[in-house]
Amino acid sequence: MSKEEKKVNRRDFLFTASYTVGAVGVGAVIWPMIDQMNPDKAQQALATTEVDISQIEPGKSITVLWRGKPVFLKRRTPEEIAEARSVNLDDLPDPQKDEERVKEGKDEWLVMLGVCTHLGCVPLKDKGDYNGWFCPCHGSHYDVSGRIRKGPAPTNMEIPKFEFVDTNTIKIG
Amino acid sequence: MSDQEYTPKSKAGKWFNDRLPLLTLGAHLTDYPTPKNLNYWWTFGGILTFCLITQIVTGIVLAMHYVAHADLAFASVEHIMRDVNYGWLIRYIHSNGASMFFLAVYIHIFRSLFYGSYKSPREVIWIIGLMIYLLMMAAAFMGYVLPWGQMSFWGATVITNLFSAIPLVGDSITTWLWGAYSVDNPTLNRFFSLHYLIPFLILGLVVLHIWALHVPGNNNPVGIDIEKPSKDTVPFHPYITIKDAFALLVFMIIFAGFVFFTPNVLGHSDNYIPANPLVTPAHIVPEWYLLPFYAILRSVPDKLGGVILMFSAIFILFVLPWLDTSKVRSAVFRPIYRQFFWILVIDVLMLGYVGAMPAEGIYLVLARVGTIYYFLHFIVVMPVVGYLEKTEPIPMSISEPVLSGGADPSIARKVNDKA
Amino acid sequence: MIKPKYKLFFLTFLLIASYLRPLQSAEMIDPIKVDWSFKGLTGTFDRAALQRGFQVYKEVCASCHSMQYLSYRNLGQPGGPEFSEQEVKAIAASFEIEDGPDAQGEMFTRPGRPADKFKNPYPNVQAATAANGGAYPPDMSVLVKARKGGANYIYSVLVGYEDPPPGVNLDDGVYYNKYMVGNKIKMPNNLSDGLVEYSDGTESTVDQMAKDVTTFLAWAAEPELEERHKTGVKVIIYLILLTILVYLSMKKIWSRIDTEV
Repeated sequence: MSKEEKKVNRRDFLFTASYTVGAVGVGAVIWPMIDQMNPDKAQQALATTEVDISQIEPGKSITVLWRGKPVFLKRRTPEEIAEARSVNLDDLPDPQKDEERVKEGKDEWLVMLGVCTHLGCVPLKDKGDYNGWFCPCHGSHYDVSGRIRKGPAPTNMEIPKFEFVDTNTIKIG
Repeated sequence: MSDQEYTPKSKAGKWFNDRLPLLTLGAHLTDYPTPKNLNYWWTFGGILTFCLITQIVTGIVLAMHYVAHADLAFASVEHIMRDVNYGWLIRYIHSNGASMFFLAVYIHIFRSLFYGSYKSPREVIWIIGLMIYLLMMAAAFMGYVLPWGQMSFWGATVITNLFSAIPLVGDSITTWLWGAYSVDNPTLNRFFSLHYLIPFLILGLVVLHIWALHVPGNNNPVGIDIEKPSKDTVPFHPYITIKDAFALLVFMIIFAGFVFFTPNVLGHSDNYIPANPLVTPAHIVPEWYLLPFYAILRSVPDKLGGVILMFSAIFILFVLPWLDTSKVRSAVFRPIYRQFFWILVIDVLMLGYVGAMPAEGIYLVLARVGTIYYFLHFIVVMPVVGYLEKTEPIPMSISEPVLSGGADPSIARKVNDKA
Repeated sequence: MIKPKYKLFFLTFLLIASYLRPLQSAEMIDPIKVDWSFKGLTGTFDRAALQRGFQVYKEVCASCHSMQYLSYRNLGQPGGPEFSEQEVKAIAASFEIEDGPDAQGEMFTRPGRPADKFKNPYPNVQAATAANGGAYPPDMSVLVKARKGGANYIYSVLVGYEDPPPGVNLDDGVYYNKYMVGNKIKMPNNLSDGLVEYSDGTESTVDQMAKDVTTFLAWAAEPELEERHKTGVKVIIYLILLTILVYLSMKKIWSRIDTEV
């Protein structure tokens, strides 16, 4: 290698190193500017809501707010449970057993995010062709298990993480 | 080089450039012939651009979390500091960034004063720069009001009351500024709106500032006119960009030192007490960068007189190019003016110092002496010294520092033309 | 041109330095300087002191002083007292927090949760002022940042109670404090040896409690301090490295030009 070439190589190395190290720094600065738009620590901390369910009669439902979204809590009658379980899974656009959508031994309690999986509207209860919910925005029909049956929504309504704290209290989140 | 000569290599580039000559602009900025003897004092233009962009970016981010309401502003700032991801970092960069911005702009201004960069043919650059400086002060003042602490509130009260010194309509103007009968929620709301607006006005003026600069080209430490391009110049990129980058990094180290290790040292502890219209803090002081003007304001025992003098202290700078009678730009070759320049620097620093002190006793005396010198410097010293001073011989070109023996910068140009 | 360069640098720093010197008012003496663990470029908080300090706050200060910008969850976050998740839940649950309105429109109380803000001892500033002889006990969330002298000043006031010098007459409910601005304070000396029973067995002298609670308040005012210091060291090291690289690049580039710049 001639002296001249060596010189060039060292220069190239310096410039490449400067650019690389500089680019790493720019990246490190950009991340906080992006991450600041993510939910802040106060938002993250509000992740659980406890609900008193002692006042809900069979066949009735309530809606509570969790993380700014409605959650439907429905106490289903034995007939409604039977209806939900008699459906042929092959008829469902998003096949899922009713048993998978409730807690074992607590079959009467359906807890789900009241958000249509199409574009985020809140479906109306006791409406639609399947005795469940009906989304007025674009006509999605859900059954009594909250599963999509007809319309543009692609999937069943989402079941959030929840647990029974005691017989009268459900903790969502 | 000439702008017309540039043709993009690619077909697509040529197609686009014929319709919007952005590539020509890019080539112009890249190849722009710059005096090769620019020293580090010339890097502050780039540093100031960095400061402006930093303030705009962090400011937009903060505005996503800040609430401009008298009841919620203080709490929303605490929310930013405690809960928002990297909120503390972004807010401390923004608040210290204001101080760093002013530090850089003062160095930039004094560099211009020392090397005569405000003189013909660069008067318009200078005046646009002063307009930027005025807007910076307005933005900084309104920004300081936003956290709605005690200093925010009382600073806003004191500064807006300056306008009440105007005869006849003063009180109406003050009430109009407030949108209430004191500094209150409407004031905070409009200050937030204007604080968001002003940086973009500054950005527009910066474009004009650089445009105006690119007509005559940079001044330089020797202060002589130079041929562009010539052996006295280097292309802007990479020579000036790398030098600017180096200076910027050194500046950023100092900046980071403030942000990470003493983020509140340039602020005032009272501003962490929520605004209380019933109690005034013991010492109301503006941020450090406004202190010299605050000292001038307080040096006059008359309300209207103080306000007029304070605004005159800024507006006198607008006519500076015509107050300076010297034919030589750079103070390097002006032995007498050079001394006065340093006296002015010390004078302004002293004014800043006494501005932070109580307006009584020796501080008041110093403030008055400092104010008098400040005005004498521009009104008397600059015209008179320009006439009487015997300047040192200036070189004919940067590359060949041959002494011409004369004081006329145009000689250098003539010699260069022959060469 | 070397000389003026240094002159201006020197003056610039003189300017900054002169502003950093706090304004001294005649009636204030310098607070006691304590060698806090959170001082300096790499300072961190002493976890045990923070936990003890929280205990002092809870048992002594919290009956009058609010800390409205803190939440119980903050007690478990990194860089703070770092109570365990279970401890934080237990601490939060020991407070009755007002919530509501419920389905009937009534407000109700429930045990606190980590997401709740610290319970305020008074419903509003007026109530706090009225209950404390006309002096509002300041919110302590950012108190350390809101006082000149910071942690040293808070600590000094806590240990600065003494009998008034002869000739100083104090009204009822006003106490003499050596370090308080103006020397008159409406807060009585609430600390006495053995007042708090520390669970870690530390002897609860007045000095110890004052230091612990001041540490706690310093963290409360700057919960980001440890992360800030850690990030700061990394950023400065990075910047110095890049500065050296860019400096060498600059020398290389400018070596093409025959100049003495």
